[in-house]
Amino acid sequence: MRLLLALSLLLLAALPGRAEEIVLGLSKDEVAITATFDGSDILIFGAIKRDEPAPTESDLGVIVTVAGPYEAVTVRRKERRFGIWVNTESVDIDVAPSFYAVATNRPLDEILTDDEDVATRISTGRAIRSVGPSETGSDNFSDALIRIREESRLYQTLSDGVWVKDNTLFRTLISLPANLTEGDYVAEIYLTRDGEVIDLYTTEIPVKKVGLERWLYNLAHENAVLYGLMSLAIAIAAGWGASAVFSLFRR
Amino acid sequence: MQIYLPIAEVSVNAFLLLGLGGIVGILSGMFGVGGGFLMTPLLFFIGIPPAVAVATEANQIVASSFSGVLAHFKRKTVDFRMGTVLLIGGLIGSALGIVIFNYLRSLGQVDLLVRLCYVVFLGIIGGLMFMESLRAIRKSNAGAPVPTRRRHNWVHNLPFKMKFRVSGLYISVIPPVLVGVAVGILAAIMGVGGGFIMVPAMIYLLGMPTKVVVGTSLFQIIFVTAFTTMLHATTNYTVDVVLAVLLLIGGVIGAQVGTRIGVRMKAEQLRILLAIMVLAVCGKLALDLLLEPSELYSIGSAGGH
Repeated sequence: MRLLLALSLLLLAALPGRAEEIVLGLSKDEVAITATFDGSDILIFGAIKRDEPAPTESDLGVIVTVAGPYEAVTVRRKERRFGIWVNTESVDIDVAPSFYAVATNRPLDEILTDDEDVATRISTGRAIRSVGPSETGSDNFSDALIRIREESRLYQTLSDGVWVKDNTLFRTLISLPANLTEGDYVAEIYLTRDGEVIDLYTTEIPVKKVGLERWLYNLAHENAVLYGLMSLAIAIAAGWGASAVFSLFRR
Repeated sequence: MQIYLPIAEVSVNAFLLLGLGGIVGILSGMFGVGGGFLMTPLLFFIGIPPAVAVATEANQIVASSFSGVLAHFKRKTVDFRMGTVLLIGGLIGSALGIVIFNYLRSLGQVDLLVRLCYVVFLGIIGGLMFMESLRAIRKSNAGAPVPTRRRHNWVHNLPFKMKFRVSGLYISVIPPVLVGVAVGILAAIMGVGGGFIMVPAMIYLLGMPTKVVVGTSLFQIIFVTAFTTMLHATTNYTVDVVLAVLLLIGGVIGAQVGTRIGVRMKAEQLRILLAIMVLAVCGKLALDLLLEPSELYSIGSAGGH
């Protein structure tokens, strides 16, 4: 993925005379998952820098994508067996972002050609990939992945999510839901003319657990025995405390 | 107030968890049950991943059993010898249970296994309890004496006999070890203490006197659930201590309230209420398995092969 981006950036840089360039700002550089974390909004805003007046004969497209860490997932399907619903078939999807939002100023298919979508993997359907021989019906499984994650707001397609003023200023608001996974989130802003990408700006937004959340998570994974003993100690102390307080009340 | 659970990686309402802990605490105080068999399905319903729910509930049961056993220590109603024999079985069972749990987790069938176990056991226990308390109510209305249970059965003809002074028994160690193994497996798979299986088994199968049954089972449950917690924490990293603490706070307060309510009610009424509740939870879980789900697909993390 990174390599692809680097390549496309190189290609873009090699194009003669980049007439339009993105200048970007973010409302936050990072997202901290605290104990009371309940989702977060990121305002992505910017302007288009030009050396000459804006072209009038073609339409401007602004696409903002925010992708969480890529991971492999297994999608399972239930079927009725012996009268009850049981997981039967499963398909491994090699690469799927844990979070993916695409915001555009107009419907995606109007501002991005299909060929460009294949190359850049912008649309949600193309951001998900199963490497290796595609099994029959595996499309149903990736559709299901998108559907389930759209319901929990982990995948979002915001067709008029980008507000553009005077073909120069743009901004969009991406809402991150509460059930986020940690990692480096990548925000990409694409500028298109006639469906072709003319500029790309990439920036990282780290999302990480902080404070108590960080400490507990690390302890549970790196020092599992100590964490288990700590959980037990808390439980026994609470049980003993409850019984002590109860006997005080009784007297 | 939303709170983000660091291990479950979901955000839930803290008051909802305190409330759930409280309600289950009240019920466990009223009926003298651990409440694990109610809490774990409730955690499924509010969206806690089943693996986390089962592991965390084991940790919470350590607390409630410890609180309960202290009272029995004072009254000297714990048969340590019997408890230790049950415990040896329990530890073996718990280790077996974790192996089964992790194997099915890798197959993506752990939800099914946990739910099936719940439907089967809650169905059997709830059904038996319901019929038994109906009969008891009818009998107490008619004024007939309760029949005394058989004192000698096949259990008394097995080898490796041992004296259990507190229980006043001289029986083979095989049945208590087997009861322990069964309860240990259930504790690991279902995230329950297993008291609801062990107590009837101790009374009807082993023939232990009722007054030492609860204390002894609590004594065994503490160690088996503590061991289960450690196994889950070190192999699956699924014990969520924040979740456990929130459930604990609600649970210990609820248990005190429940005990007071329980004292004022008749035993038969209590038992029939508990039976109805057990059957209701069982019914809900059974429907989930029998009816076509609205979403046939589910997402799991890869790598479990």
